Amino acid sequence: MRAVRTTAVTALAGAAVLAAVTGCTAKSDAKAEGDGVTVTAKDDSCEVSKKEFPAGHVTLNVENRGSKITEVYVLYPDDRIVTERENIGPGTKATLTAEIKAGSYAIVCKPGMTGAGIRQAVTLTGGDAAAPKRSAEMDAAVAAYRQYVQAQAEETLPKVKVFTDAVRAGDLEAAKKAYAPSRIGWERTEPVAESFGDIDPKVDVREDGLEEGQDPAKDWTGWHRLEKALWQDKKITAREKQLADLLDKDLADWVKRVGTAEITPTSMANGAKELLDEVATGKVTGEEERYSHTDLVDFKANVEGAQKSFDLLRPVATKNDAALVAELDKQFAALNTLLDKYRADKAGYDFTSYDKVGDPARKELSDGVNALAEPLSKLAAAVVK
Amino acid sequence: MTPEPTPGGGPARRTVLAGGGGLALGAAVAGGAAALTRDGDATAPVADSGAAVPFHGPHQAGIATAVQDRLHFAAFDVTTDDREKLEKLLREWTRAAERMTAGREVGEGAYGGLPEAPPDDTGEALGLKPSRLTLTIGFGPSLFDGRFGLKDKRPGALVELPRFPGDNLDPARSGGDLCVQACADDPQVAVHAIRNLARIGFGTVAVRWSQLGFGKTSSTTPDAQTPRNLFGFKDGTRNVAGTDTAALDRHVWVGAKEATGGGAWMAGGSYLVARRIRMNVETWDRTPLAEQEDIFGRDKKEGAPVGKAKEHDEPFLKAMKPDSHVRLAHPDANGGAHLLRRGYSFTDGTDGLGRLDAGLFFLAYQRDVRSGFVPVQTALAKADALNEYIQHVGSAVFAVPPGVRDADDWWGRGLFS
Repeated sequence: MRAVRTTAVTALAGAAVLAAVTGCTAKSDAKAEGDGVTVTAKDDSCEVSKKEFPAGHVTLNVENRGSKITEVYVLYPDDRIVTERENIGPGTKATLTAEIKAGSYAIVCKPGMTGAGIRQAVTLTGGDAAAPKRSAEMDAAVAAYRQYVQAQAEETLPKVKVFTDAVRAGDLEAAKKAYAPSRIGWERTEPVAESFGDIDPKVDVREDGLEEGQDPAKDWTGWHRLEKALWQDKKITAREKQLADLLDKDLADWVKRVGTAEITPTSMANGAKELLDEVATGKVTGEEERYSHTDLVDFKANVEGAQKSFDLLRPVATKNDAALVAELDKQFAALNTLLDKYRADKAGYDFTSYDKVGDPARKELSDGVNALAEPLSKLAAAVVK
Repeated sequence: MTPEPTPGGGPARRTVLAGGGGLALGAAVAGGAAALTRDGDATAPVADSGAAVPFHGPHQAGIATAVQDRLHFAAFDVTTDDREKLEKLLREWTRAAERMTAGREVGEGAYGGLPEAPPDDTGEALGLKPSRLTLTIGFGPSLFDGRFGLKDKRPGALVELPRFPGDNLDPARSGGDLCVQACADDPQVAVHAIRNLARIGFGTVAVRWSQLGFGKTSSTTPDAQTPRNLFGFKDGTRNVAGTDTAALDRHVWVGAKEATGGGAWMAGGSYLVARRIRMNVETWDRTPLAEQEDIFGRDKKEGAPVGKAKEHDEPFLKAMKPDSHVRLAHPDANGGAHLLRRGYSFTDGTDGLGRLDAGLFFLAYQRDVRSGFVPVQTALAKADALNEYIQHVGSAVFAVPPGVRDADDWWGRGLFS
């Protein structure tokens, strides 16, 4: 569909615009608006136009009629996130689309973007027949990625134990040394871990990521809390030892649950893009590892994780958009070459401390991230085309 | 002049708006002189109309075009060493520029595409008029350093500027392999254009620096009042007029005769000097009125030269102090050097010391910088009384190629072919 700005000016109230907003695609044969489910979010309610609707490609048309900024989730029965949309301002509309299988789910509005939110139970009908039928190639890609994610999680636990053992032993230097390596598996697969919603805030939150009302002394847990203790406060107390135990426990939970994560070719492609978003907003700026300055280790791990998804999706993507695949190959290679400038041993993860990376060099890294992330944002479309 | 075909097909937003709003813009755009404006400028519709400026022509738009209200200027580094990739980008940029200057979205638009894909257009200009957007490209000296086999194509006139006394140039705000000047009457339209070109360019070019300008300080329409700069004065009142084709040919456009050898592709082009000039507005504001007027060589109310009544009255240079700005910058003091000035006032907030980070983003087009900006700035840097209140902190020079002729032509075709 060739969109012209004129349409918005002349036909603001016309059906053509509404159809566009609901996210219809050329492929979906111009679904009428009635096919979607309407979610009306207010400050004290979360109304759903239908409680029962067919599984498959689901479109939620959200309208925030409340006075607060809101977010809307679709959750599995165990509160895993199927899909979500944050930052829906008062008076604005948003569209969520996802491939959802038959079953029971909850649609949740969170006015003010905090708290448990307001839930509506919904049922998706039609059994597996309504679920999107994927090619064998796509299924293979998903299965291989699931294995990768599982393996990364399992290999992470012993590395974390080296780190937490050092903390428990009160060995500051050993703990510092083991810190960055303990995060690599997590950073490679972070979008999957984040889909659980509750694990990331326990293990990977930064102090400024705490919600209002949370007390850093009590509520701040995980890697970055320990990072601050080791590099900034330079001491290990009973509290840090406690936090080390907690990190082991929370990550063991991650390993146990990661296999149940809902993974689709689209989520793999978007996950790859999200890893580059992580690099662009957290690593290139030096915010992520502000005490240890081990940002480049996370950076490398994020890129590796994105590259894994891309490699697994390559057969599908090549058929639909060979030029995009060629460009991605080139840009992954270029960014990896650039990162190699910051480590002597190409097989290891001993990267230059990020506080030693000057502004012109950071600009070069940022340009490299943009060069890769822009085509990577087109991978999902190349996979579903 | 005949009406331009709409790039990319479909109705142009401007014609729809013209019909719907009951304004005779179509005639103004197509007929040029048909609509006289508030400014008395026959070549461009009034700013409020938000009409489109034709993209195609013998010269690039955005030079002789009546100066728009807002600016977003960006300098880019080319990050690839693949000449074909750079050429491909310039073609893509040209097509995007055609669409955006016509008030249309980039590519397949800002909505309605695959929900799994980010839209081609970023969307913030939806519903806005073309706003006389012009996009003007330039090529910096560093583009000719050998990476792209262009060494032999470097025109003799594309010189690096000398270091002037008092320069305090920040390399991160200077130079660039390419530049794009986006001027529009709506700031969001200008920013949208640069943002989308930068986005298309990721992987081939990277923004080196960019500058927003909130208010024009020059006029290329002879009868208009010269807009004031942040010192509160009219400056550059003797600007080259966009309607004065003889003056444009003499001072702005590179002639076919001098565009020879490797530089033949520059015929019909121009040379652009960009200078970020920080103005110390706080100290200036503490300066007595008489001293301010002496420094410029004009009165503050009218902008008239010393001893004269109106801003466009011919100045009597000897009546001015020897170090006054007008006296030093006047063509008569510089072997007749005329510049087409298109500068904009800027502020980038405050500087951390509670002072406005403000000044003039000076843009000047000329036929040859060696007989244009260089002699003028040499004289000013040496003696200008204004130097106490300003500092040049960024600098760049670009060869601005001639216009894109039609929908098959592209920015830099002459250079690369």
